[in-house]
Amino acid sequence: MERIIKERSTQVHTIGTSAHDLDCEKKSLAGSVSQRACVFCGSRVVLYPIADALHLIHGPIGCAAYTWDIRGALSSGPQLHRLSFSTDLRERDVVFGGEPKLYTALTELIEAYKPKAAFVYSTCIVGVIGDDVEAVCRKVAAEQKIDVLPVMAEGFKGTKKDGYKAACDALSKLVGTDNNFQAPPFSINILGDFNLAGELWMLKEYYEKIGVNIITCLTGDGRIDEIRQAHKASINVVQCSGSMMHLAKEMEEKYDIPFIKVSYFGIEDMADALYEVAGFFKNEEMLQKAKELVSEEIKTLLPALEPFKEKLQGKKAAIYVGGAFKAISLVKALRLIGMKTVMVGSQTGNKDDYNLLQKLCDKETIIVDDSNPNELSEFVKEKGVDLFIGGVKERPIAYKLGIGFCDHNHERKEALAGFEGMLNFANEVYASVTSPVWKFFKR
Amino acid sequence: MEKIPTLSYIRPFVSTRNACKLCSPLGACIAIKGIEGCVPVIHGSQGCATYIRRYLISHYKEPVDIASSNFSEETTIFGGEANLKIALTNVTNQYQPKAIGVATTCLSETIGEDVASQLSHIRNDSTNSNLPSLFTVSTPSYQGTHLDGFHATVLALVKNFAKKLPSADKINFFPGFVSPSDIRHIKEIVADFDLKTTILPDYSDTLDNPVWDQYYRVPKGGTPISELEKMAEAYASIELGVFTSVKQGGQNGGKEISGASWLESEHSVKNHQCILPIGMNGNDALFDILSKVSGKDIPVKYQMQRGRLLDSYADGHKYIFGKKAVIYGEEDLVLGLCSFLDEIGVEVVLAASGANSGKLQKKIIKHCPEHGKTIQVISDSDFEQINEACNTIKPDFLIGNSKGNYIATNFNIPLIRVGFPIHDRIGGQRITLLGYQGTQKLFDKVVNAMIEYKQNNSPIGYKYM
Repeated sequence: MERIIKERSTQVHTIGTSAHDLDCEKKSLAGSVSQRACVFCGSRVVLYPIADALHLIHGPIGCAAYTWDIRGALSSGPQLHRLSFSTDLRERDVVFGGEPKLYTALTELIEAYKPKAAFVYSTCIVGVIGDDVEAVCRKVAAEQKIDVLPVMAEGFKGTKKDGYKAACDALSKLVGTDNNFQAPPFSINILGDFNLAGELWMLKEYYEKIGVNIITCLTGDGRIDEIRQAHKASINVVQCSGSMMHLAKEMEEKYDIPFIKVSYFGIEDMADALYEVAGFFKNEEMLQKAKELVSEEIKTLLPALEPFKEKLQGKKAAIYVGGAFKAISLVKALRLIGMKTVMVGSQTGNKDDYNLLQKLCDKETIIVDDSNPNELSEFVKEKGVDLFIGGVKERPIAYKLGIGFCDHNHERKEALAGFEGMLNFANEVYASVTSPVWKFFKR
Repeated sequence: MEKIPTLSYIRPFVSTRNACKLCSPLGACIAIKGIEGCVPVIHGSQGCATYIRRYLISHYKEPVDIASSNFSEETTIFGGEANLKIALTNVTNQYQPKAIGVATTCLSETIGEDVASQLSHIRNDSTNSNLPSLFTVSTPSYQGTHLDGFHATVLALVKNFAKKLPSADKINFFPGFVSPSDIRHIKEIVADFDLKTTILPDYSDTLDNPVWDQYYRVPKGGTPISELEKMAEAYASIELGVFTSVKQGGQNGGKEISGASWLESEHSVKNHQCILPIGMNGNDALFDILSKVSGKDIPVKYQMQRGRLLDSYADGHKYIFGKKAVIYGEEDLVLGLCSFLDEIGVEVVLAASGANSGKLQKKIIKHCPEHGKTIQVISDSDFEQINEACNTIKPDFLIGNSKGNYIATNFNIPLIRVGFPIHDRIGGQRITLLGYQGTQKLFDKVVNAMIEYKQNNSPIGYKYM
């Protein structure tokens, strides 16, 4: 039996032993049982949290059904995004074309739900039967007098990453459409935070405390009118770089807004995220406030983490998540509570991400791109890990083998960002690793 | 924070709002997981396989490996055979399966892939000598629901594997789309009638395994292919469910058939069909069939279970009489539940399904003598239709899968979780509905939900009854 499929051997690297650099940003191999999804998925998960928009999926029912209310992204106001709308194409639509159905569906939904804008996602089959989604969107936009934004997300057109780009393309049509707005001083946008379990609200509080204003977050707790004003910010602070880099670069080009890449996960990265913003504004008072905030938070957090660290010292972890930037933060956060990462991988990392991981991790650590259940199960078994961090698809691999597991994907219900989040994370890791139930398992 | 918007008025919609169904390849994958050593491959984009995996994992809480032929733009233009071949080779080398089932998608169907002939090309290519048994099923997601995919796969399996052999001392059992624990209970029942049985599909183990000492790439369990091959020689079939026929375009010559009815018409294996045995009437019908087929009386064990269920009907009837219920889900599940609730005095006010066979209403009238004629039936329904209907019908509880939870929250009424998917609780794979025993668990759950509701909404609650 193959441990690693031959064509995939360049996408697995052991620090200090294998000769090659890690290969990445490739299409998944047919039959490899990749954990990745498709272009549509990429665009859907990015745009999902925009709460006052209508999200209509143009295609047969599956694409809409499998993404209905899929994220743990919270909205402080409207909840329209949590409904799953689909044109639910049938055979006759496929034969005669889906445009009339799309037109009717869009019109009736906009009339009934009165959204601020509508996103229309084009799926595999729509690309094949050649519906002119853009034309229908234009027509309905003119009739209903709202923005109707096509998201060209045919599943076969690339990987999940191409879906991120399709989402950014749709967003960039909204950005810059409200020029009357006057931004307050020290305004930023957060790019690539999805307000999972209300994390954005914690971040907002930190930024407010140091005197920074957030114009909009793309796309956590998102609102159409705020996105229109995003070009008035002084800087874009990018958290999930995998998904939002396109938009950040485009806004830099078009509106001369610089961007920085940050992470809100773990003490170090969270503190840096605040310092870098203060540094950008070259504001001493802001920097001072940031330092005070961090030291205040750490004063209570570090002692609170101590008991967890004692119990977790020397335990081994494996990480397999969607974005590699998240994996980098996780390695650091685990180190903070005494744990060592022995395997780390992602679905969509790039060369820079993986180089950084290689520098950050110890010798013998396995780094893997676009993995599958067979490899992952081999790696965790071989390395004798105590904890696996991943998403729903990785969870049963850990549990079947009697290994602790933590969710760190877009569906999670626990806030893990910021200082509060770090304590939640430590708590969850502790509960997962030291539960007495593992004593019944043979490992 | 606002509420999830619900329209207070009912108007017709062309669009589907919160689907009460899933797509056809998902059902195909579940049936394929019920075959021993078999790995599903979805012929289409990577996303279809991953989404379906994710969905099944969250219900069954088990590893569910489904491969994809992973279409690219190039594949979509020039055809998928080359990708399929790579996929089959990689799956074979990684999993060493006994069989691979290839389910199509909207994408591969629409570009006109002839998978059956592709499989024979790939099979005849001498470089692929180590390939296992291969079969395919047509499951375009724009046709029908996940149940159509499920039943189409069952049909494809018998057509592919069942051979005409001398008759044997065995029966076939088609349980339909029920839970792994339901299948285990069925196995127990047929064994107690001393019947030798082939269950198709049997995912009672593959989708509900114990913990592992090592990682099994293909989980243990499933209908052995050697047994599947003998299904044409069985002396009878028992089929649970009456919505099992597949009406898939020209593929079956336009005829509507199920796996069991195909065996009857092609190989004269007498089929005994009944509705999902939930409730006294449903189970009496099944046990009659078992008795007739086996030539044996109903074992004392089941007479006792039946007696206990009836005894509990007396204990609990008051708390549920006249309560109004909304049921939703697959047509066979809805019918089984309707029949059960009707016989215990609950008034089903709405029976909804995302499927649309055109026969649900008629079957409900037939199997629900108390209220059948007044039950509002919505076919091709979605959750927002149910949600809006609840504004006027004011039900006391909902019964169906996890997806209706937001409606129950909206109206502050209990949701009795049954069926698929249950992914906001653990144990979805262990919910038994079938048999007197399964019905017993469900009956207790319904009665207790009503009692709990009353307790929680009383200023003092109560202790004795």
